[in-house]
Amino acid sequence: MSARRIFARPARFAAIAPYVWMVLFFLVPFGFVLKISLSQTAIAQPPYEPVFDLTAGWTAIRAAFAALGIDNFKLITSDDLYVFAYLRSLTVAVTATALLLLIGYPIAYGMARLPKRWQAVAMVLVIVPFWTSFLIRIYAWINILQHDGLLNQFLLALHLVSAPVVWLSTDTAMYIGIVYSYLPFMILPLYATLAKMEPALEEAAGDLGAPPWQVFWLVTFPLSLPGVGAGVLLCFIPIVGEFVIPDLLAGSNSLMIGQTLWLEFFTNKDWPVASSAAIVLLVVLLLPLLLYERLQRRQLEER
Amino acid sequence: MRKFSRLSRFNIASLALGLAFLYLPILILVIYSFNASRLVTVWGGWSLRWYHEFFGDRAMIEASWMSLRVAVASATIATLIGTLAAVALARGERFRGRTLFSGMLYAPLVMPEVITGLSLLLLFVALNAERGFWTVTIAHTTLTMCFVAVVVQSRLGSLDRSLEEAAMDLGCAPVRAFLSVTLPLIAPAIVAGWMLAFTLSLDDLVIASFTTGPGSATLPIRIYSEVRLGVKPEINAICTLVIALIAIVIVIASLASKLSSSQGKSAAPL
Repeated sequence: MSARRIFARPARFAAIAPYVWMVLFFLVPFGFVLKISLSQTAIAQPPYEPVFDLTAGWTAIRAAFAALGIDNFKLITSDDLYVFAYLRSLTVAVTATALLLLIGYPIAYGMARLPKRWQAVAMVLVIVPFWTSFLIRIYAWINILQHDGLLNQFLLALHLVSAPVVWLSTDTAMYIGIVYSYLPFMILPLYATLAKMEPALEEAAGDLGAPPWQVFWLVTFPLSLPGVGAGVLLCFIPIVGEFVIPDLLAGSNSLMIGQTLWLEFFTNKDWPVASSAAIVLLVVLLLPLLLYERLQRRQLEER
Repeated sequence: MRKFSRLSRFNIASLALGLAFLYLPILILVIYSFNASRLVTVWGGWSLRWYHEFFGDRAMIEASWMSLRVAVASATIATLIGTLAAVALARGERFRGRTLFSGMLYAPLVMPEVITGLSLLLLFVALNAERGFWTVTIAHTTLTMCFVAVVVQSRLGSLDRSLEEAAMDLGCAPVRAFLSVTLPLIAPAIVAGWMLAFTLSLDDLVIASFTTGPGSATLPIRIYSEVRLGVKPEINAICTLVIALIAIVIVIASLASKLSSSQGKSAAPL
């Protein structure tokens, strides 16, 4: 038996603690969300009817299943508020992800073209804001975007506008906030694939007479698709459920699903409906993940 | 002809603009935290007034203390368990439920925080656990151990396995080979993982809001409730202090990863 094999066994034992932890605090909680999403709303503490009591035995379990209902899901799919919240979340996520790709790609491309030593520096510079608090970075933008904030002062001083522009509590502010916060998540996977790419391929295309835009579109971009996929996924999924940025920067008239869920939970205290909303959100988000996985597997098979 | 691998003016411009976009807002925030004027946007000269105000604000100090305790506790637990998870993923080859295991480890990285927070709260309510320090710590550990696992795993992956194998060929038991050969080599990544877990915990608002009880608000929860009421210069000062703390953490982490790159191949990405 090789040393590699011998080492594999204790390494498997290393999985026990994290495995148990993740099952207990990641997987099991979803069971509770599912259970409560199927239970009745009640004005109580906790604000839902318990529908499950293992100590009472089989009859209780049967009774519990009989009491489960999909009313909350019916409510969510028929209530315009929820339908609009899901649609808005998806629209915002698609738009923001497209913006991120447009802005992040040239930056990642520039990084990959730097001399090796400077690439490491640029990478640290991109990662550092990711370490800096999310909330603080959003708050920094409130400072800038508010009515008498620096952006308006700047625009007024340059006589680009004659009166202060309303930035805060608009979708523009929200998109600025989202792009700002998620930019490192887009740049890093893009940079990783672009830096690994063989420059000779681009040169060859150029030598064969392709103009730069054609080189980019027919060679560079297709080769960077794995990075594009990873970056898009890394940004899209969390943005759909985003709560803090739209809450602080966007107007209050149209809510995203993360905010609706939060309100349902903390303000209306309707836990079953909030749980159902969370389940639906989860299903919506699993779809792009599964699609991405299938695509990746197909790419591996082609190789 | 090296036409395309050369750095063009467009490359430099996009890099410079991108970095300016990332750094200017933070820089402005820090500068304005030393502003003497009550109005956040009018410059009234340099002053430490808002820092004084922060240190006199008991609720804020208590929240900061709570945040620091949670961050230290959860980062420590997350580093222990996350490192074990990384070892299992990088060295465990095949074991029962490996796919589920890696799926569970990667899912929290992209899962919207609202869902993670909600599900954990429902668990704690079902268990009748009193919400406060420990529930937030457990929630943060669950989130941050995944980041630790990713960082440590990438370091383990770039490590030369023959070192471990040599130790075992010389009669070292696998666990001892790990402790005396592998562990020192991945130590910088473990340090970086702890730092990352610490800052993520210090930063988290959504999950903490779901899993904390009355009277044990963390700093982000306090800041959030203040910010919703409008911009206050005191918040600039608090944010600057947090940024300073995180900057110190980053310096330590980058020193650790520099140490690791001088020992072996490239360092962990974070």
